Amino acid sequence: MEVKEVVSILNAKVICGKQYLDKSVDFGFASDLMSDVLTLDADNILLITGLSNLQTIRTLEMSDICVVILARDKKASKGMIELAIESDLLIIETEKSMFKTAGLLFEAGLKSVY
Amino acid sequence: MVEETISLQYKIDGGDFKKAGYASSQIKKRLQKLNIHPKVIKKIVIALYEAEINVVAYAYDAVIRIEIGNETVKVKIKDNGPGIQDINQAMEKGYSTASSKIREMGFGAGMGLSNMKKNSDKFDIKSKINEGTEINIINYRINIKNENN
Repeated sequence: MEVKEVVSILNAKVICGKQYLDKSVDFGFASDLMSDVLTLDADNILLITGLSNLQTIRTLEMSDICVVILARDKKASKGMIELAIESDLLIIETEKSMFKTAGLLFEAGLKSVY
Repeated sequence: MVEETISLQYKIDGGDFKKAGYASSQIKKRLQKLNIHPKVIKKIVIALYEAEINVVAYAYDAVIRIEIGNETVKVKIKDNGPGIQDINQAMEKGYSTASSKIREMGFGAGMGLSNMKKNSDKFDIKSKINEGTEINIINYRINIKNENN
């Protein structure tokens, strides 16, 4: 699934990384616990989280995850956006809950990591 | 082939959550320039990042030393800190002594040390109470051009 399709399904707002909207993601993972995100082995993952801080972006960078959806109307800080731009990452914001976000994307064909 | 080793060193301060991950990020960028396979780089930087989080969360300060050779990437993280009371217990998934501050950052679930070991080809940890902890990690290089050999 292309990231632009994800944005369209969620009617979400792209905060940075608009040039990467053609990228493809195969798997979705929803967690507020970065420790769990760091244990994932799959490639092409999209992260859905309600945790909005610098370590969210660092975790993406280390885990080779290029897209994050901040759910529950969480906002990316200036520092997060700067770090995401530096690491070529996409930040997307949605007012929807993690459950609804995950449900809509699962229904549209995004696979579960496990 | 003559062994050429690149050595890198970073100092990390305990308690500085904003900077946690900076060293891992710098090391990742360096490794990417050396045609090391992305999957190997991911293993190295995830272990490093977990180590950085641990230092920031528990120690006073630490030094990270990296030696990038033709065959291996060696990582040493040596901290000054309270040390670990029971290493076997600390290595168990889910065992944690993390503060609420660490948990707010998305960590402290007792996964760090076991995930570091999972991402290491060789992993060694030793600790002395009231002195600190030293972790040595070795990962074997797979270069992109050698992937199918």
